[in-house]
Amino acid sequence: MDAVLFFLFAGIALAGAINLIRESHPIYSALSLVAVMGALAGLYLMLGAEFIAVVQIIVYAGAIMVLFVFVLMLVNAAPEVKLDRSKMAKNVGPPLLTLLLVEIVAVLRGKYPTSDLVHPSLLSGDNTRQIGKLLFSKFLLPFEVTSILILVAIMGAVVLGKRRPDDSR
Amino acid sequence: MIPVSWYLILSAVLFVLGVAGFLIKRNVITVFMSIELMLNAVNLSFVAFGYMLGDYNAHIFVFFVMVVAAAEAAVGLAIIMLMYHNRKSLNVDDIELLKF
Amino acid sequence: MSPFQDFLVASLIKIALVLFVLLTALAYIVWIERKIAGRIQNRWGPTQTGPHGLLQPLADVIKFIFKEDPTPAQAELPTYFIAPLIALVLGLLSITVIPFGGIVTVAGHSTYLQISDLNVGILFILGVTSLGVYGIALAGWSSGSKYALLGGLRSSAQMISYELSLSFSVVGPLLVAGSLSLRDIVNAQSGYWFRVIPHWNCFPQAIAFITYLISAFAETNRVPFDLPECEGELVAGFHTEYSSMKFAMFFTAEYANMVTASCLATLLFMGGWLSPINSQYSRFVPVVVFFALALVLARFWLTRRRLIEKIVLPVFMGVCVLLGLLFLWPAFYTPAEGVFWFLAKVGFFLFLYIWVRWTLPRFRYDTLMEFGWKRLLPISIANLLITGFIVAWRAS
Repeated sequence: MDAVLFFLFAGIALAGAINLIRESHPIYSALSLVAVMGALAGLYLMLGAEFIAVVQIIVYAGAIMVLFVFVLMLVNAAPEVKLDRSKMAKNVGPPLLTLLLVEIVAVLRGKYPTSDLVHPSLLSGDNTRQIGKLLFSKFLLPFEVTSILILVAIMGAVVLGKRRPDDSR
Repeated sequence: MIPVSWYLILSAVLFVLGVAGFLIKRNVITVFMSIELMLNAVNLSFVAFGYMLGDYNAHIFVFFVMVVAAAEAAVGLAIIMLMYHNRKSLNVDDIELLKF
Repeated sequence: MSPFQDFLVASLIKIALVLFVLLTALAYIVWIERKIAGRIQNRWGPTQTGPHGLLQPLADVIKFIFKEDPTPAQAELPTYFIAPLIALVLGLLSITVIPFGGIVTVAGHSTYLQISDLNVGILFILGVTSLGVYGIALAGWSSGSKYALLGGLRSSAQMISYELSLSFSVVGPLLVAGSLSLRDIVNAQSGYWFRVIPHWNCFPQAIAFITYLISAFAETNRVPFDLPECEGELVAGFHTEYSSMKFAMFFTAEYANMVTASCLATLLFMGGWLSPINSQYSRFVPVVVFFALALVLARFWLTRRRLIEKIVLPVFMGVCVLLGLLFLWPAFYTPAEGVFWFLAKVGFFLFLYIWVRWTLPRFRYDTLMEFGWKRLLPISIANLLITGFIVAWRAS
């Protein structure tokens, strides 16, 4: 049962990620990324992180990606045009990427050979409560700093998005 | 039970696909989406490690990554909108003023 | 049977039951809406199809199925077909975590009157609601028509804006209950002040209640916030190019979202399935209601002349009397009383939706945005802040 679910979600995630690259229209890329995020939320549920799974849906799929789709609709994005300016990217890129993948997988296989070091007991209980407690005690300072970061981001977005009166658009 | 290394390998593959998208795609918004894909891949390995070690700190990390991604999306998309207004193009090859 | 099979069978039965009841109810909410709309505008509403127009939903469905379904030449094909499906599935999905009542025991198996009791139930609903934008935005974009695109754009902006105040007003009751499970939130509202006033969140959290209702109206794209449709300026907004069953899917999704929002309002602010009357005799209220309904129907039966009404009205009368008698039977009323109160409260909120729709005019787009960001959001944040202080002060 677990394996079936894992391969289902992993398959959706991989298919979505490949489609993101393959698709020439940005809106379809965005939709496949939403599919990846949904599949990842499913995997998080399997890993006993239901709070993170739901926040993934709310924040990533429901807010960030909606923003992407919104902007894509606003600028009426057309399918992208390939200019093929760099020959190097075409020739050297794929081998280097494969190398990167092989390297990461090799390290992972070496470090964590199919063993299952899971301690489910440690993650049982009220997920949200535990995260909340950690967030407001041990990680209080980073939490406050991120709130300032968000404030700065909002102000930055407003300043950038504001139309100046002397603009001739 | 699924070995944790499977999750980690999936995360690695997703990350590499994100890198590939970042390098291949020419639409600036799709490039931006590839970055989000990489962040998501890293999040997956965080959650997998958290499960393996029975540690909630990993979840906190993912939470912070999401917050930063949200802030980044807000500012980044505002920049992209400005760029579109000035250049009428979303292609990264057209934005080459700072390039030799 | 193993516990897993037990769970599977119980879940499948519950899903089938809830889906059947929900879809039938949706069809009849449309009928009720048309009736109420008629009365508000001093006309009759549907009267011709069946007695009191009761077969109108059936006629509507048949019309939707057999209507021609043209696809615009400009449409982006796969997305154009998928968008209504997304809207419908997401509309029906959030009902899964709504609890309708307490525990029910059937043939030795006791189960909750709820498809799934997630411990992050309320976040699940917020997540599904936030995904709801996709159905509308994609429909608007893929139709290849400027009216649909404008409707889709407006709706994404509106739903993102009002989702914030919706979430902030939901957090108030969460703080009071100290849990994300809808069941715990309802249970935290049991009890009465001065032995009369029920311990519901709509009294201490009145501001959150009001902001929730307003944002829920905006989230479900209903008047006075139906800018995505806005037939005066945008023909029909995001579903301009849709007809036949695809339009019916959007229509069903809108009403399903309405039902979910009403259920959530009931659970968070009106004590869910808890009785408003602090008395052991509160279980006789359903009995009295059903018998009164039977009496009203009897009066109709005596005054009406049409043959079909002479036949149909006694049937309804019989059903009402039967339900009234059932509520006198202890094995039935213990689980069913909660369901009765829950449905009564949800019905109240649905009536409110319809009442508002046929009473208020529509917002202008800039006033809508200004209201969401400059009024509703600060108010809901202030309410959250005060609630947080009070909860922390009480805990210490």
